[in-house]
Order: sequence, then structure tokens, then C-alpha cells
Amino acid sequence: MATHVRKFHGGVHPVDPEKARTRSLAIEDIPAPERVVLALQQHIGAPAKAVVKKGDAVKRGQPVAEAGGFVSVPIHSPVSGKVVEVGTCRHVLGMDVPAVVVENDGEYTNADGVGEAVPGADELTPEEIKNRIRDAGLCGMGGAGFPTHVKLSPPPDKPVDALILNGAECEPALSADHRVMLESAEGVLKGVAYLRRVLERDGKLPATYIGIEDNKPDAIEAMKHARLNVDVECEIVPLHVRYPQGAEKQLIYALLGREVPPQSQRGLPMDVGVVVQNVGTAFAVHEAIDLGTPLIGRVLTIAGDAVGKPANLRVAVGTPVPGLLESRDVAPDAARVIFGGPMMGIAQYTSDLPVTKTTSGILVERGPIEQRFDPCIRCGRCVEVCPMQLVPTRLSVLAEARMYDEMAEWGVIDCIECGCCSYTCPANRPIVHQVKLGKWLLAQAQKKARAQQEKEKQGKGGAA
Amino acid sequence: MTVTVSPHRRDGDTVPLIMWTVALALFPAFAVGLYVFGWRAGYVTALSVIFCVATEAIIQKLRGLRVTVSDGSAVVTGLLLAFVLPATVSWYVPLVGAIVAIGVGKQAFGGLGANFFNPALLGRAFLQFAFPTQVSMAKWPIVAGVTGYGRLACDVAGSVDAVTRATPMALLQGKPGVPWSSIVDGSPFGPPMVWLLPGAIAWVLFAVLVIGAVVGVYVSVRTEGRLAAVVGIGALLLFGVMPTGDISFGMIPGCIGETSAWALLLGGLALVYYRLINWRLPAAYLVTVGVLAAFLPMKTAGGEWVALQWGRVMTHVLAGGLFLGAFFMITDMVTSPLTSKGQVAFGILAGVMVALIRIYGGYPEGVCYSILIANAARPLIDKYTRPVVFGRRPPKAAAA
Amino acid sequence: MTQALHLLADASGDVPYIGAVVVLVLIGIFFGVLLYVGSRVFAVDVDPRIDQIADALSGANCGACGYGGCRAYAEAVVLKGAATNLCAPGGDETCAAVAKIMGVEAEAAEPKVAVVHCKGTRERAASRGSYRGVADCRAAVVPGAGGGEKVCPHGCLGLGTCVAACPFGALVMGPDGLPMVIEQLCTGCGRCVEACPRGIISLHPKSQQTFVLCSSHLKGKAQKEACTIGCIGCRRCVKACPAEAITVTSFRASIDDEKCTNCGTCVEVCPQGIIWSFEKARASYKKPDPKAASACAT
Repeated sequence: MATHVRKFHGGVHPVDPEKARTRSLAIEDIPAPERVVLALQQHIGAPAKAVVKKGDAVKRGQPVAEAGGFVSVPIHSPVSGKVVEVGTCRHVLGMDVPAVVVENDGEYTNADGVGEAVPGADELTPEEIKNRIRDAGLCGMGGAGFPTHVKLSPPPDKPVDALILNGAECEPALSADHRVMLESAEGVLKGVAYLRRVLERDGKLPATYIGIEDNKPDAIEAMKHARLNVDVECEIVPLHVRYPQGAEKQLIYALLGREVPPQSQRGLPMDVGVVVQNVGTAFAVHEAIDLGTPLIGRVLTIAGDAVGKPANLRVAVGTPVPGLLESRDVAPDAARVIFGGPMMGIAQYTSDLPVTKTTSGILVERGPIEQRFDPCIRCGRCVEVCPMQLVPTRLSVLAEARMYDEMAEWGVIDCIECGCCSYTCPANRPIVHQVKLGKWLLAQAQKKARAQQEKEKQGKGGAA
Repeated sequence: MTVTVSPHRRDGDTVPLIMWTVALALFPAFAVGLYVFGWRAGYVTALSVIFCVATEAIIQKLRGLRVTVSDGSAVVTGLLLAFVLPATVSWYVPLVGAIVAIGVGKQAFGGLGANFFNPALLGRAFLQFAFPTQVSMAKWPIVAGVTGYGRLACDVAGSVDAVTRATPMALLQGKPGVPWSSIVDGSPFGPPMVWLLPGAIAWVLFAVLVIGAVVGVYVSVRTEGRLAAVVGIGALLLFGVMPTGDISFGMIPGCIGETSAWALLLGGLALVYYRLINWRLPAAYLVTVGVLAAFLPMKTAGGEWVALQWGRVMTHVLAGGLFLGAFFMITDMVTSPLTSKGQVAFGILAGVMVALIRIYGGYPEGVCYSILIANAARPLIDKYTRPVVFGRRPPKAAAA
Repeated sequence: MTQALHLLADASGDVPYIGAVVVLVLIGIFFGVLLYVGSRVFAVDVDPRIDQIADALSGANCGACGYGGCRAYAEAVVLKGAATNLCAPGGDETCAAVAKIMGVEAEAAEPKVAVVHCKGTRERAASRGSYRGVADCRAAVVPGAGGGEKVCPHGCLGLGTCVAACPFGALVMGPDGLPMVIEQLCTGCGRCVEACPRGIISLHPKSQQTFVLCSSHLKGKAQKEACTIGCIGCRRCVKACPAEAITVTSFRASIDDEKCTNCGTCVEVCPQGIIWSFEKARASYKKPDPKAASACAT
């Protein structure tokens, strides 16, 4: 019953010499640093609320913050030690978020239940598994950070019949998911088994697919081999190598042929009966239930042309990144540091940010970096490569003319910001940045319009 | 550290790279033009390029903008403008043409990327009215001693002037006194190259070319590359399908760059390979013209309506600058539609216009105007071929 | 009718084109009458005051009044009872004219001027790196764009969005990376205030001359490390002000325009030198050497 894999519209093949360097690097375990900086907003949704204060002693795996609402997750300490500060730290998106800083006492004393399998794991009900997932602070580790238990709670009018595991890792240079599948295939499958159980409906488990780009044949083999030992009914499907194959909507289309409605129609995978989870998240589910360990560590890739010794590292959440870069032979003329992959990652002014649950890679690169862009020559390449079938040239030209309202008509809200358009643009236009700006201004305008409506209701006119 | 916004990678293509590649792809046609029309063709081309570049530089300086002539787009316009002019024009013809093409056709609209009409063709259309006798000549000069069609036309036209001939298009226009049969029966084309070889070998080679093309397409689809398909199909077209003879290689009267379908096809294949043009656009254009030339009935000098004349079809497709228009003019990125579907519609529209203008209209030559008309329709085509957002559902009827 | 046409035809022989001219004139008269009748029959009843007010307004369509253009404001005044003194560019004259048309008392609003509350030039403000995104201040603070080159998260981004937003050309980018307001051209319309994503531009009455030119809420050491001139919230100005016009919120002082008498005491006591008196600066202004670098750049 081989699934027919479709080709989604558009996409690009970014030149990727880095991946060849990083794919063969086995995961190195890096011990937690002296201090961990635990941001309370590492996920999409409400920030977590601190439940410790300065001076408190904490154990490894103990929550330092509780979920701030339904769409939120708790944050746990990866080390035992003392809380030295409850303050703020810089988030990758540029704003400051609340954070708890814990000093590592080097003992790694586990909190109760941490390190031990959850008793009666085989008999857990779907609801119980979900609660364990929530309490372990799991959120999407592919980069978005959506709280996993929320994803696994579709409303009754949106039945889910398929579970897809995202092993595509389409971003150039990154190999974290690849190595996890290669080295911990059984753990991933065990996590998949739990995810399937959560999604059980009317006694049926969802059809399960594990999509892996076919430039990772060793990972595909490893997963198939692991299926011999871990009894999980799932299909391991090799995917075409194309960026952004790992983008949710494109992945679902490739495997199942279903089209998720775009953002302007508030489309989600559950609208077509699908839940997508990253393979790293699945592994974290296994760790949470079989090893009783909440989400306190993850694998990430350090690469980039300024890095002499790239690596795949398993690090504690909260590890300040400069420490990780110290032994990586980083060139002194490094000009850019990116958190994430080269296509969608976020460049930072400094590498001094902590690792979070969603940090999949750190790239350090040399210059020079070209900024100047040319007028659009209407070559149409962006239209060819856009996986959302938008007209990026129009969005870019509208943004340049500051006609932000019209961008909404041309689908700016639907853009997934994958970067294929800018990548291929011969005029070097900053299309994704213009889209981000357009979206932001539209949101501001909507807020203002709502406020204006409120004022008018109260009978006041506008005032300078 | 430097902060850029994602994506932090580019694929390396730039606007200058595109423009200079197009200029390079025009080189085979230019070489033929030099050979057929002599040094003066080079002189006119050089003038046209220089004037186009100068016009752009001067206008940009006057407007206080960055001078962008190094991106090669003015050079390409200069080359194309020259290629649609006869080699005998005076020096002021390319000058005026350049000023109109770049000044009006490009800069007045807002510079690169903002124009609606193909600048070179706009310049050419203007020159048609400004200097009609120089630009649309009844008798065109070619290098003396050229064989084939030139000689044929000389015989047919009854001209004793060994140096000038009428163009194929002019002859096709059915001017009184020119019998059609001389064009058709006189066979100004030879068979495609493989068929020049003795019987069995020709068949074998043709089969090899066909298989090569099929294999090439298959390999390209599998590897998502283009080289195999372009080489395979290119070889098939150039050696197995394109007729030999003056009308194909370019030893016929005409404008500097428009005579050699073979050389232009070579350049066109290069453009397809470098992903600079969508092959569907020239294909739609050429096929439409071919089909219409075959089926649209035409009046001969004797007063009868005839159609389905193979010779006439080949003449229409190979001569009159159609290949230049198909590969280099209509495919101009700025003035053609954004999507594949739109480009096919664009090509068909222009093809219909060419056929109508040539067969029923007053001009012997329709390429220039057909493309300008299609350019005018381009925004409409873009509007109706706008892609549907992936996954978009039709809006539900408003819930209560 | 045919006789008339025959006459015309004959006349054409003697005076060329006369027939054509006559016919064209008749056509013109016919359509003119048609248009006139149409404009009467299909006329829409509009309050004539709307047109009168629209004429009296400045015509800049800047949106300072809060409506979408001068015509919209005129309609709002007549139909929705909007205040008559909202046209900032028009000033007192316009306000009086509008009030007169509406037959009400003119309430003059005090003219306002924009002030940029940041003095963090490239020399004074520490930088984190270099920004190579779209050259727009809002683009620089969009999530994912890094938040601007300065260490100070509240300071001016220097990319000129306010300059582009000003419909009157009253803002120019200075050579030090900060925008400068040309008071004579500023009408207080508020477009720059809206455009600034950091909210460091605010409108003040023209009479106010003393300002704390910092928007940063960083404290003490962090402030000094981020910018040599930023307000550290030391409160010396608060204590020194005889009119009790200054308050410090979140480590940043601000002057209440209503209470301030422009005495300038705070200017003297501020250790950072972040409180400026514009009228004193104007008084001690010396014409710059024409050979020095030009201050105008967009």
C-alpha cells in the first residue's frame, strides 16, 4: 500500500553543501552549563507563569513555570540547583520575555518521578497521555513551538483520521532530525505509538505516515528497521527532496493530496483531518512517558561557513549559545549568526541568547552580505516557486509603494514566509521582509480600526 | 553581527546575468546578419546599442537616479532594435529609435520593470512612421552572390538589379504580378539536415534524434534539470525538423537580425536552457502562426482562394522575423504575463494578430504590431490567469 | 431641413469648410443643452456647506483631523457634527472660516509641533551590529527583523519612516542619524507620530520650548551603557522644577506642557544634558559655515 507522493506546486532546491558536512556527525551530548536561562515564552501561546522565586532550590525536571492558559506549556529546569534570578531575556523574535535563571549545582538531582517510566503506560487513556504530554511541557520542536497537547485536541467537529510525522527536515544545513531518526529510531516510534493512541476515535487509530526526504536513505532504513522491534502500524514514506517539503501544508498535500485552507481562512491541518508532528517531538513524547523526563533538552545542529567544526549536539534547554560555539572553531570574521535554518531562521545581533525548545540550529556565516535590491523585472520566478501559489512580485511591489492595504487582497496573510520567492529573485528583493511588514501593519490597522469603532460608538469624532 | 531577514540565501541569479545572457544568445543571429548584410549591419547595431545605452544613462543622470546601464538591459534593447532594422538605414534612424525605445518605451514608464510595451518594438513602430522609406523597403539589399531564395526572388520579380531583392513577406503579400506557385513550387527550402544524407542513413539518424529527444525529456523530468531535454529536443529540431535552405539559414533579404531562423532557434534554445524564457510562449506563438497560415485562405493574384499550402506555411513561420519575435521579443519578461497559462494565451493572441495582419492586413509584416498589441492585453491576461491560493476554499455562504 | 443642407452644401463651395463648422457648432449646442438638462434633472441634493467647507480647508488630505481627507472632514462637520477646529494644517484661519460657515463660535486650538524625543546619535548610542533589511523603521522592528541596531530598545531607528510619512516635507534626516523637524513647515498633523513604530515623536503646543529628548526606560547602568545622553531617571529635574511640571515614570522624565513655564532650570541641572530648551538654542544659534557638510539628506 505504497502511498503515492504528490509534488506540491513550486519550491526550490537551495544549494546545500552544509548538509553533506553535518549529516554524518553523530550527536554529541553536551553537559548543561553553569547557568541556564529558561525563557518562559518558548512556545506559541500564552507565556508560562513563574512558580519559583529567587533563591528557591529546584531539582532536575521540576517545573519552574506553569502553563499560562490552555494554549501554553510549563517550563522545567534541566538542572538541579538554585534560582538566581527571575527576570527577562531576549527572545529570538527580538522582544524581551520573562525568564528564570537557574544556577547548576552539578548534581543533577531528579525531581520526583523524573527518570522513571510512567507506571501503567500501556493502560493510559488518550486523555491521560495528553495530560502527560502537557505536563511535560511539550511543544512542536520543528521550529514553530505549538503546544503539542493542543494540537492533539481537535474539536469534535474536526475529526482527525491521519497522523503525519514530519521527518523531512527540508531546511538546508540542518541535520538534527536526521540524526535523531538514525540514532534513536525506536524511541521515535515509541513516541509515535503514544501519539496514535491519543488520536484514537471510535476505537480506530489514525492512519500514520512518517515522511522522510529521500536524501536521507540511512534514516529511512533505520526507521524501517526499528519497526521490526517496535510494533507501530505506520508507513514510512520517502519524500521528494524539495524545499519546503517539511512545511505542514505542503507535507500533507504530498502524502495525502489534501489541501489545508490558507491562513486567511484560518486553515489548520485538523480542517482536513490531519495532525502533523515533528519526529523530534515524537521522541520527546517517548522520553516524557517512558523515561519520565519532561522537555529539558534537544538536539540541534551547529553549522555555517564560519564554523570550522560543525556538530549535532544534544543540549539542555536554556544553554546560552556562546558557550556552545566556543569549541566549534568559529572564524573571527564571522558576520552573521542565524537561529534556525538559512531559509526561515532569524539572524541575531548577538549569539548571546539561550537555546529554547524550538532551536533547531545555529548557523554562523561569513560575509559579505548584499542588501541592495533592483526593481522587479516581472520575470515570474517567484510565482513559479511559491508553494502557496501567491503572486509574490505583486506583494513586493505593493509594499515598496507602501500600498499595504492592497496586500491583503493579494493574499499576504496566506504567505508561510518560506523564502522561496526571495531565494530565486534575480533582483534580490526582500519579499519575505516586505510580507512580514505588510502583515504587521495590517494587524496594527485592524487594531486601530477596532479602537476607532469603539470610539465612534461612544459618539466622539476623531481628533488630532 | 549583521542582521538580515530570512531567507538568508539566494540562488545567485541576478538581473545583469539575465540580460547579458540574452545579449549573448543574440550573437548567432548577429553573426549571420554580418555575413549576409556586410559590415554596415555591424555599424547600425553598434550605433543602436550605443544610443540606447547613452539615452538611458543621460535620462537617469538627469533624474538623479543611479545609472544602471551596466545591467545590460539597454544593451539588449539596442541589439533588438537594430535587428529589426535594415542594414542600410542612416545613422539618425537608430538614434531616433533609441530615444523613443528607451526614453518613451522604458524610462517614461518608470524604468526597468515598469514598462508596458516592448521598448525595441515601440521604437521600431515609431520608426516605421518616422522614416517609412528607410525602414520598410520594397527592395532589400543582400550580399551579392548569395544562392537560393535570393536568386529565385530575383527571377520572379524580374528585377535586373543583382543586389536588391524583395523579402519573402513582401512576395507573399500577393502583390499583383507575383504568382504564388513560384514560391511554393520553386522550393526555397531544402529538407531538414538529416534528410540530406542518403536514404537509410537518414532514417537511422532521424530515429536517433527522436529517441534522443524522448530520452532527454525523460531524464530532465526525473532529475528536474533542463539540459538533457534542451539538448535532445534542440538537436531534433535543428537537424531533423528545420528545413535547410536560404530561408532557414538566413540568406534572404530582411532586417539585420531577423533572417536566420536557425541561428535564432539556437539562441532561443540557450535561453530555454538558462531558464530565461518559458518554452511554451514561443511554441504557442509559432504553432498558432503555422496553423493559421495553413488554414486561413488567401487570395492569389489570379483571384482564387487557396489554403493548406505547405510552402506558404513554412515561409510564414521561418521568415519575416517571426523567430526573432518568438524567442526574443514576445518573451521579454517585463512585458509578458507572469504565469505559464497566461503566456500561452499571450502567444496565441499574438500569433492570431500576426496571421491576420500578414494575410489580410495592409502590412507585409505583422510581428512588431502583434507583440505590441499582445503587450497591451497583458494586464488583462494576468488578471484572468492569476493563480488561486493553495487550499483556498470558496467562501461559505454567510452563516446566520 | 434638406433645403438647409442644400444651402450649406452650396455655401461650402464659396467658403470652404463652412458646412463642417456649422454642423459641428450645432452638434456642440445640442450636447451642451443635453448636459445642462441632465445636470438639473439628475442633480443630487447636497448641502452646499460641504462644498464651502471643503474649499476653505487646506486641501492637503493629510488626515490630521482623523478623517480620510478634506472632503470627508467637510462632510463630517456638516453631517455628523464634527468639531470645527480639527484642521491642523489650516490653522486658526481655517478654523475660523469653517466655524463661520457653520454659524458657530470659532474655538481656536493651539497649533502644535512635532518633537522627536531621542538624541541618540550614532556617536552617542551604542550599536549592536548592522541591519541589512528593508530600510523602513517599522520593517526593522517587525518580529524576526532584529529590532534595530541600537542597544537602546526605545531609541530612534534612523531609517526615515517619519520623514517619508510627512506630507509637508517638515522632517529631514540629519547627518547624525536622527530626524530633524523644520518648525516652519510642521502643521502638527500627526502623521509622523503614527508612523514611528517606537512612538518617540509627539505633538506639543508651539509655546512649549523645553523637552526631555529621551524615550528610553532603561535604568542606571544599563542606560549609560546603551547611550551616553539618555535619561537615567535621577530625578534632579523633578526636584529643581519650580512649577512641579516634571514627573519620572519608569526611569524616564517627562515635562507636563500645561504646567511648564519654560524657565529652563531643569536644563541646567540635568547631568546627562538630555533636557533641551529650544528657545535658548535658537537664541544662541550661529549660522553654520556654508562650507560645512550639508544637513539635508532624505
